[in-house]
Amino acid sequence: MKPPRILVSFVVVYLVFLYAPVLLLPLFAFNDSPIIAFPLKAISPRWFIGLLNEKTLIVALKNSLIIALSSAVLSTVFGVLAARAAARYQFPAKTPIMGFLMLPLVLPEIIIGVSLLIVLIQLGFNLNIWTVILGHVLICTPFSIAILISAFNNMDTSLEEASLDLGVAKVETFRRVILPLVMPGLISSLLIAFTLSLDEFIIAFFLTGTEPTLPVYIWSQMRFPSKLPGVMALGLIMLILSLILLTVSEYFRNKQNKLIGDTARSNED
Amino acid sequence: MTKKYFDKDIIVDIKSVVKKYGDVRAVNGINTSIREGEFFSLLGPSGCGKTTLLRLISGFEHPDEGTVMIAGQDMTDVEPNFRPTNMVFQSYAIFPHLNVGENVGYGLKKQNLSDAELLKRVNVMLDLVDLKDYNNRPAYALSGGQRQRVALARALIMEPKVLLLDEPLSALDKQLRELMQVELRRLQRAVGITFVLVTHDQEEALTMSDRIAVMFDGNIAQLATPEELYKRPLNMRVGAFIGIMNFLEGRLEAISAKSLTVDVKGLGRVNIKPEQMPTPLAKGGVKIGIRPEMLTLLLDKNDTAEFEFNTTVLTASYYGDMTYYHVAMDGVENGLMVSMRNTAGRLVLKTGDKARIGWGAESLLVLK
Repeated sequence: MKPPRILVSFVVVYLVFLYAPVLLLPLFAFNDSPIIAFPLKAISPRWFIGLLNEKTLIVALKNSLIIALSSAVLSTVFGVLAARAAARYQFPAKTPIMGFLMLPLVLPEIIIGVSLLIVLIQLGFNLNIWTVILGHVLICTPFSIAILISAFNNMDTSLEEASLDLGVAKVETFRRVILPLVMPGLISSLLIAFTLSLDEFIIAFFLTGTEPTLPVYIWSQMRFPSKLPGVMALGLIMLILSLILLTVSEYFRNKQNKLIGDTARSNED
Repeated sequence: MTKKYFDKDIIVDIKSVVKKYGDVRAVNGINTSIREGEFFSLLGPSGCGKTTLLRLISGFEHPDEGTVMIAGQDMTDVEPNFRPTNMVFQSYAIFPHLNVGENVGYGLKKQNLSDAELLKRVNVMLDLVDLKDYNNRPAYALSGGQRQRVALARALIMEPKVLLLDEPLSALDKQLRELMQVELRRLQRAVGITFVLVTHDQEEALTMSDRIAVMFDGNIAQLATPEELYKRPLNMRVGAFIGIMNFLEGRLEAISAKSLTVDVKGLGRVNIKPEQMPTPLAKGGVKIGIRPEMLTLLLDKNDTAEFEFNTTVLTASYYGDMTYYHVAMDGVENGLMVSMRNTAGRLVLKTGDKARIGWGAESLLVLK
């Protein structure tokens, strides 16, 4: 059945509105002019080459990578623990505990950023990369839990029991059965948390000290009109990188669903 | 030392075992012994506690009261990975990320065998379950029946003292199920390991087991051989659960060493043998049980029986080899089920047909 024409038009308008601004990014990133305006001049890679000479940019990139990597690993570890606990164990106040863990998903980041800033300053911490990691783990963990919980939930309990029954102790069972089965979910969680952290601005803006992340660096460059085409080029690189990471992550998430789904189905038929 | 029981060794000894889930006593003080090398079935409707009892033997559950002894050792609080038991799960629980050979050899990995030795032992097992050359098949490429064989091989390779089977055939279609019943029995004979099977399917239990424990409400209602169970159920509930049984109202009027006198509503007063009362009962109201195949429709006018009555066919269910009739009879409230083999030339009656029904006093059971 074909959808009504009005709905098709709505989808088209929606997608144009969503992505037209993004399309401007490559246009001006490759435009051989320091002024962001039509008409375009010649095509040139000069803004990309120019990025390589920005010392502060390179430092910001390094900071961002350290933060994104640490946040991804930490939030995935926490995600595994929370998802496993939620899937296998009954404990008092389970629903509210899980709810509070997921809350940062909907909490405005500015609130998280401000509150963390106040607390950290009051406790006498210096702002640095680690304070940003702290903030990012906080917002990435709910995503990791959400991805991993379905992997742990859908796993047939009897697989663990079978391993135990065959003389393999619990820790070993986790390594030999559970981990391989949730591995795609784990990778997906790592990639999504990495992407989230890499792109995150508000919390990083509040919690970064003298070590800016990439988004904070971009923000600081916006004040100088001459830097704008370079920001466009940098933005394009980050956009493409994010898209790649998300695609790979989705691939693994589907693979996870298939792996666990297949088990559940075929072990039942 | 293992305790002696008749002439066989006891391999699993369950003593006063209670398992509670909240207020529900899933296993309500069971005492029973499983003999070495026998095919033992736990049979009962869902929720009777049979799976809980199996999980108490495997160690996935621990009893609230009582002890579980396996091969003479107290295993009550021992974890499953330290018990000499292995389980075939209802879902088979084949590891989806491993191939057939890796699944079968899973439990042996800790023993640090050489690759060649491991492969040899896996192949012996695959041979035993008729899955020769399946070593490198991925788990997802297996059919239901093949999964079950892999699960069996994976458990048997551990050389358990007791193999536990949790409804292993319930997921298979009818033909495959019947094939696997024979196969399981063959396998059990071949390896000589004690099998403990949980099932809700009475036919499955009857065809495979040496002994069957019928369970209701967390208790064992009767523990007997299949034949004993079918012929002399201890009470109405067991009789109705194993096969089909007609129940008539009756009165036990006289009890002597040589005979019992019962007045069966609709059939009249008869004398029967004392062994036709499996559980001793006092005089008074009783139930009279009679199997459908013990009743005969006298289709030829020359056919005779010890007692005869006139009946009308209410329904006739044709099964090919058998026809099951539900017949109406004066004085019998719900009518009677009668089964007749469809031998060559034998008439198959239809609803509304009149027929004489015949029965003998020796086919009655006095039950509570």
